[in-house]
Amino acid sequence: MKVLAIDTTEEGCSAALSLDGEVSQRFEHAPRRHSELILPMMDELLAEAGLRPAQLDGLAFARGPGAFTGVRIASAVIQGVALAADLPVAPVSSLRALAQRARRELGAERVLAAFDARMNELYWAACEADEAGQMQLSGQEQVLPAHALPLPDGDDWVGVGSGWQAYSEELAARMPGVSIHPGAFWNHAWDVATLGASWLASGKGVAAEQALPVYLRDQVAWKKTAS
Amino acid sequence: MCVIGIETSCDETGVALYDGERGLLGHQLYSQVALHAGYGGVVPELASRDHVRKLVPLLRGLLEQVGLEHDAISGVAYTAGPGLAGALLVGAALGRSLAWAWDVPAIGVHHMEGHLLAPMLEPAPPAFPFVALLVSGGHTQLVEVAGIGRYRLLGQSVDDAAGEAFDKTAKMLGLGYPGGPVLAARAERGDPTRFRFPRPMTDRPGLDFSFSGLKTFALTTLQRESAGLGGAELEQLKDDIARAFEDAVVDTLAIKCRRALEASGVDTLVLAGGVSANRRLQARVDLMMAERGGRACYPRAEFCTDNGAMIAYAGWQRLHAGQHEGLSFDIRPRWPMESLPAV
Ligand SMILES: Nc1ncnc2c1ncn2[C@@H]1O[C@H](COP(=O)(O)OP(=O)(O)OP(=O)(O)O)[C@@H](O)[C@H]1O
Ligand SMILES: [Mg+2]
Repeated sequence: MKVLAIDTTEEGCSAALSLDGEVSQRFEHAPRRHSELILPMMDELLAEAGLRPAQLDGLAFARGPGAFTGVRIASAVIQGVALAADLPVAPVSSLRALAQRARRELGAERVLAAFDARMNELYWAACEADEAGQMQLSGQEQVLPAHALPLPDGDDWVGVGSGWQAYSEELAARMPGVSIHPGAFWNHAWDVATLGASWLASGKGVAAEQALPVYLRDQVAWKKTAS
Repeated sequence: MCVIGIETSCDETGVALYDGERGLLGHQLYSQVALHAGYGGVVPELASRDHVRKLVPLLRGLLEQVGLEHDAISGVAYTAGPGLAGALLVGAALGRSLAWAWDVPAIGVHHMEGHLLAPMLEPAPPAFPFVALLVSGGHTQLVEVAGIGRYRLLGQSVDDAAGEAFDKTAKMLGLGYPGGPVLAARAERGDPTRFRFPRPMTDRPGLDFSFSGLKTFALTTLQRESAGLGGAELEQLKDDIARAFEDAVVDTLAIKCRRALEASGVDTLVLAGGVSANRRLQARVDLMMAERGGRACYPRAEFCTDNGAMIAYAGWQRLHAGQHEGLSFDIRPRWPMESLPAV
């Protein structure tokens, strides 16, 4: 199975190509440079593998939650490729993909993935590894202030993501049992590819028009343009 | 060469196909007006969210309408600015990746160049050189046009754009949103002799405009005259104010157009942008140009406001001339038209 995946959720920008589970990736920490970097990354990966988009089996993208603009870039880029090459798409939760990276790099089995959602809130998901080693959401993805987050049961959880940095004191006090990964831990398209490939393999890929962002935050007080 | 055009700079999602030999093959438009109406103006985040939902279905609809296979398309043009950053990004990202996957060239189009060239889609298009009056929701500009990409700004609004003035005045009169077409319709029922509004900045030389004072003038007129009025009388007052306002804007625009034509010595005037759909403005410049022995050109009504056809056409011009972009898609929310390269 040949899957091209991208992530532009937060400050990281990455693309990954999975060829029967063999993954190659381009990643850059590049705040606000997603539109500049993402297509060159995708192009390089396919060129290296000697593939054209139409020869892929499917696409995957981190569909959010995350910064609205970043999530929309990934969605629109994937829509264009899916429409042009008539490919199925796997929209992958960005929080789940982050948990999957923690599984891949840190060997974590139970992960609390959190992004800083600004406005004093976090995008939040608890994920646990299934028998196949893939992280699955346990419960819902949510956007909540730190004090309202659901407490995890048990104490073998690993906390990853920008949310743990932004609200470190509050979260450490509320969830003393969680082992917090120190330092920046961004999403990688690698894990979007892994999770997306399983989704596509099970025949659940969607058409270009369904490759849509998930914002979670749908009730903000919408601000008008200056005029 | 057959070019797909994508417009998402504000609150309309537009797509179109333009072919160098066969002309405009088809176009589709989805307007978000109803989505924003409740807020009294465009909400940028909601606009972006809607573009990303609507673009693919519109593109599929377009390809179906035209009956073309993918491989007949040889270029992609998307609006790269000016406009709302988040909204522009959706069209740019989708347009650029579409071109990448099809392995055809892509170009980011200047939205106002799109407006400016829209009259080229009509039978008997204007010939260069001409003077263009760009009058839209965000711009009021007089431009000397020597050719594609050869633009000299002659004058512009120092405050509100003409369309913005229509919108704000309509809102103040309680006529709803968007204001331009509603206000124009109400003006048709108004008495042109009841009020006379000033023609801002026409009493001195120069080609700049100022429209913010007119809306204040409309407001004070309403406050002064409406005391004790209700029902039909109040509605008539609003009609009369709408008429006085429209006459003042049209007259001011026409006066400056005449000056610009005199200064640059050309005999073709092009109107473009949403306000160029205004019938009284069209009639006024038609008359003026007939008297001068010249010609006024403006797009059909649906191509005065934002649309994909003008982007496909402007993009075709530049792609046809060999211009194109790399794989990075830049958007330029602020982007002076004079900085564009010539074709
Ligand atoms: N018949 C009319 N009379 C006057 N104004 C009109 C008429 N029809 C539309 N307008 C005005 O045109 C404007 C919309 O035009 P357009 O879509 O070209 O602007 P925009 O895209 O919002 O701005 P810009 O092109 O400057 O970025 C609105 O301000 C609207 O009120
Ligand atoms: Mg416009």
